[in-house]
Amino acid sequence: MSLLALYVRDVRLAWAAGGGGPVGVIFYLAVTAVAPFAVGPDLPLLTRIGPALLWIAVLLALLLGLERLFQADQEDGTLDLLRLGDTPLELVVLMKAAAHWTAAALPLLAATPFAALLLNLDGAAILVTLATFLVGTPALALVGAVGAAVAVSLRRAGVLIAILVLPLSVPVVIFGVSAIEAAGAGRAVGPSLALLGAVTLVAAVVAPLAAAAALRESE
Amino acid sequence: MSTTLRTDLVRPSIINPGRFGALVDRYMPFLAALTALAFAVGLYLALWASPEDYQQGATVRIMYVHVPAAWLALFTYMVMASAALGTLVWRHPLADVAGKTAAPIGAVFTAISLASGSIWGKPMWGAWWVWDARLTSMLILLFMYLGLIALWRAIDDPGRAARVTGIATLVGVINIPIIKFSVDWWNTLHQGASVMRFDGPTIHPSMLVPLLVMALAFMLLFATVHLSAMRTELIRRRARTVRLRTARGTR
Repeated sequence: MSLLALYVRDVRLAWAAGGGGPVGVIFYLAVTAVAPFAVGPDLPLLTRIGPALLWIAVLLALLLGLERLFQADQEDGTLDLLRLGDTPLELVVLMKAAAHWTAAALPLLAATPFAALLLNLDGAAILVTLATFLVGTPALALVGAVGAAVAVSLRRAGVLIAILVLPLSVPVVIFGVSAIEAAGAGRAVGPSLALLGAVTLVAAVVAPLAAAAALRESE
Repeated sequence: MSTTLRTDLVRPSIINPGRFGALVDRYMPFLAALTALAFAVGLYLALWASPEDYQQGATVRIMYVHVPAAWLALFTYMVMASAALGTLVWRHPLADVAGKTAAPIGAVFTAISLASGSIWGKPMWGAWWVWDARLTSMLILLFMYLGLIALWRAIDDPGRAARVTGIATLVGVINIPIIKFSVDWWNTLHQGASVMRFDGPTIHPSMLVPLLVMALAFMLLFATVHLSAMRTELIRRRARTVRLRTARGTR
């Protein structure tokens, strides 16, 4: 029950005044809008690389809120209470990652159809892209939680978290984009999506353990 | 001086850091000499005594640096992971030092294998860099090394830095096979394994022997550099303790 309260609190804080939720969506749309300026307004090319650009934009947008994921709680003492409480810290981490996903990734999914239209993707491609986001972004949130927990007590943690998290995000990007490519080439999407789901499940087991251990060490 | 500090070690230790330093001091010259000898023999075998490849000509000799460097790049990460276990499970002070000092060495080995691979790839594949699975996973490994070094430098307290970085190192160990598998699946141009195979090596003995001697030389080089780096780090920590104590005032 207390875990549910923590989840609701985190989602509310992210979308309250001063939270990072809406900014992440604007950032996501801005990155996708800048890409055509770099690549050129060539619509067939944008159709081809569009899903990849969306994946990169999602990856970057999800890095934004990580710095404050545990740090805000560390500063006002909430994290000390969570450490002392009866609820295992691993479950707390899992809940906070879930809240981060709800507050940061879910709005990106909602914004994806608009961003995809800018990149000239058709309906089927948008649906597959959304499916890969739905399966893959939880893994990004979980891996991000490990980075955030490791860097919880550092003053300028933002870039360091990005450096630590990006190499670990490579499999998620590979399987996400390969599912979209398979759909584009008329092959089965299932295998890539299943592998993406496997990465997410492994992350769901390993990430809470690692992040909780890191939080215990950073008292 | 050192005896007064050694009594401060409350934690029981398998190897006492002070004795470790004395042992390293005593055996370092022999180890360094052995490394130099292995390199002399290995480089002679690799650069003069071994045959040219019938397709690649003399460029095949890059292999004798490239392959051992890549092996050592992975081996060093395993050393760091074992050190991380030593830190997290047994809280051994030497494990902290071993993990911290292994990271830059591993990063350098990874960089050497990437650079020599580029130099080899230019005449063979016609490009300095191709987005091939093995190259890409080594590049990611380099970024992981650099990230861990950055994390280590970001935390002031050496004990806490070792424990937090240890956790990140172990997460990396779980991820390396996943990254390797996913990147393999993504794109492969690099030749397959030709030494570490279940059905025996496919490489001719006239090339295998120099390669193994060079691998031994790289291993000895790692041991020499790592042990002396650990020794330096121990002295640095002792100096830090002394400085902290002087700053607090002698009581």
